[in-house]
Amino acid sequence: MTKPEGTVSKPGSSKEYKTGAWRTKRPIFKQEKCNDCRICVAVCPDGVIFGANKKYWADLDYCKGCGICVEECPLKDIELIVEVK
Amino acid sequence: MAKNEVTIEKKEKEEIVESLLTPGHKACTGCGLALAARTVMNTAGKDIIVTAATGCLEVFSTSYPHSAWKMPWIHSLFENSAAVAAGIEVALKALGREKEAKIIAQGGDGATADIGIGCLSGMFERGHNILYVCYDNEAYMNTGVQRSGLTPFEAWTSTSPSGKVSWGNPTEKKNMPAIAAAHGIPYVATASVAYLKDLEKKVKKALEIVGPKYLQIHAPCPLGWAHEPYDTIKVAKLAVQTGLIPIYEMENGVITSVRKITKKAPVEEYLKLQGRFKHLFKKPGFEKELERIQAMADATIKKFNLM
Amino acid sequence: MKKVIEGSMAVAEAVKVCRPHVISAYPITPQTHIVENLSQFVADGDLKSQFVNVESEFGAASVILGASATGARAYSTTTSQGLLLMTEVLFNIAGLRFPVVITCTNRAVSAPINIWNDQQDVMTIRDSGWILLFAEDNQEAADMHLQAFKIGEHPEIMLPVMVNMDGFILTHAFEPIEFIDQKMADEFLPPYKPELYLTTKNPLTFGILAEPDWYMETRYRLQKAIEASSDMIEEVADQFKKTFGRYQGGLVEKYRLDGAETVIVSMGSVVGTIKEVADELRDKGKKVGVLKIRAFRPFPKEAIYDALKNVKNVIVMEKAISLGATGILYDEIKAALYGKPSQPKISGFIAGLGGRDIPKESIMKVIEKGEAGISDNVFVDLKENLIGGK
Repeated sequence: MTKPEGTVSKPGSSKEYKTGAWRTKRPIFKQEKCNDCRICVAVCPDGVIFGANKKYWADLDYCKGCGICVEECPLKDIELIVEVK
Repeated sequence: MAKNEVTIEKKEKEEIVESLLTPGHKACTGCGLALAARTVMNTAGKDIIVTAATGCLEVFSTSYPHSAWKMPWIHSLFENSAAVAAGIEVALKALGREKEAKIIAQGGDGATADIGIGCLSGMFERGHNILYVCYDNEAYMNTGVQRSGLTPFEAWTSTSPSGKVSWGNPTEKKNMPAIAAAHGIPYVATASVAYLKDLEKKVKKALEIVGPKYLQIHAPCPLGWAHEPYDTIKVAKLAVQTGLIPIYEMENGVITSVRKITKKAPVEEYLKLQGRFKHLFKKPGFEKELERIQAMADATIKKFNLM
Repeated sequence: MKKVIEGSMAVAEAVKVCRPHVISAYPITPQTHIVENLSQFVADGDLKSQFVNVESEFGAASVILGASATGARAYSTTTSQGLLLMTEVLFNIAGLRFPVVITCTNRAVSAPINIWNDQQDVMTIRDSGWILLFAEDNQEAADMHLQAFKIGEHPEIMLPVMVNMDGFILTHAFEPIEFIDQKMADEFLPPYKPELYLTTKNPLTFGILAEPDWYMETRYRLQKAIEASSDMIEEVADQFKKTFGRYQGGLVEKYRLDGAETVIVSMGSVVGTIKEVADELRDKGKKVGVLKIRAFRPFPKEAIYDALKNVKNVIVMEKAISLGATGILYDEIKAALYGKPSQPKISGFIAGLGGRDIPKESIMKVIEKGEAGISDNVFVDLKENLIGGK
């Protein structure tokens, strides 16, 4: 054992921690006017918006509900609603 | 947490490209820095070795036993990200592994312009083949919004508060890109999370250039700047559109591109979105201060020919 | 083959045969000759290392940290103010478990500024998690570097090692030195092959944040690793003897302890002078011996007790002090004997600060005092005319 426990972590293991629990608001992708500009994918600080072909979604395990995607969607095709738990 | 059934169904159909900065990290809601770092990493691709200075980025991404990084990554101290990266670079050379990875060193504005400027200067001067990225959120956010050398003029921070006899931070932002360029390094650029395509282009370009590169990314902090988390991009855009944050590239000491202001915004529009500037709209005599900041923006516009 | 060379050259030659991939240092007296020699080796192509001239000792320590993290063997050297400037990185290197080697050419600490020898510098980092070895002469200093890499790089240890040698007294002294053959060195010290390092093949995260749930155990493991290095230091000293035929002791060196009633405990070059005094006293029939501490960290308390348990008078002589408390070695020797069945008298003397000469006569006087009663934290050879005022 050259590096004892407590000194190195495995890559991408942050996914074990679900930040979705922080969320008080949630993005709803209306998918009415979407033109695949992918701005929502690009602007997500957590990188949890996925999709293609005018169908996008946020991985709610991690989405913190910041609403940047909602604000930046040029077609106002994403809505922020109060989280229902 | 409510289950989103639509999401699960779609996940099976669509290809999910996961970031090299994986979710589950503990950055605040709407964090500009997380967005900037994620964009830099994804653009660079997985064949990189990355260092980070102490600060928000390191704290929110590496709380043991978890790590949000998918590439080989190391944090040592606050002020030595550039020197550790230099050690990695020479080690790869000595071990005949130069082709294995490109090296990216990261630091916040404090780590870069203040405490780590010595190590950074050494890295530039010695010509290491490293891209140094400064995430500029204009204060020491990790410790609770204290003033750094890149805190803008008259911004409130917890150590440059506004008060009866103070308008906040009395100094202007240290000109780090100029300091970097003065070392004679081949590539210096500024970018903003408001313009992610531009940022991606610069990361790509920088990584193709051999030698030390400096990239400073303006990244709003909803907590420290006291703006709404959903306004991160909007605030960043206004910083650029007012002329307060010039976006440009310098190659071998010469400015080779600037991002033109498409629709000039008065500085008030930028400042009023942020709690850190709210004293500029309240205290008697504020008009004069706003004029001073407007004059600074105008001077920058003129200097960089932004319009 | 023996050659008369300067101590700094002897160390540079020894570091050369260790084949470090990366050397990074910042010049500071009296360390300069070591780095000058190493950079010349590199310039001549005799040493295939990346030599990195940095902007400060802080940078030097950080560069070797990064290099070691990448799987390279890395080396630096410094002293005094430079060591203090490195301090933050030194703690970090140990915590990250990177087995780099640094030579500290021990020198006094400012203020007043003083470039001459004592051992105050290294004592400031004694709690950092480094293995701290002390050399008595230049042959030992040179040999200690090969041992240092071998001890630190062992998979069960993975700790940084500092080789301490007295500034000027050793670094600038010309002594006959047995050169280390490269082939034998390669046999003794195989290439550094860590299991985990920064590589895209296994992209791990180093330098994590450990919250209260995790931190304390990492420090416990560090403590256990340093403790475990005790056996390794002895083992490597034996292996060194097998390969090179020289043995200078492991954790401690016992000199003329047979039936000794009075034993002087010390570290570094002054041990040589103390040995001469012991020889002279032995010739006169006095039962005096010397206990040389080679490893200050790990602190070899069992070996020390074992060496001192049948002694009447223990005299600790050291070139450093914890201001406001006592001599540091003195304190730790006392602690090592606490609660043991045998309780010799223990006296502590501070000597040779800032390069003050320690002549044999002074050592004789110290022995007399230590035999007469308990001297607690006594400064040796103070000039009475200079200590009147505040």
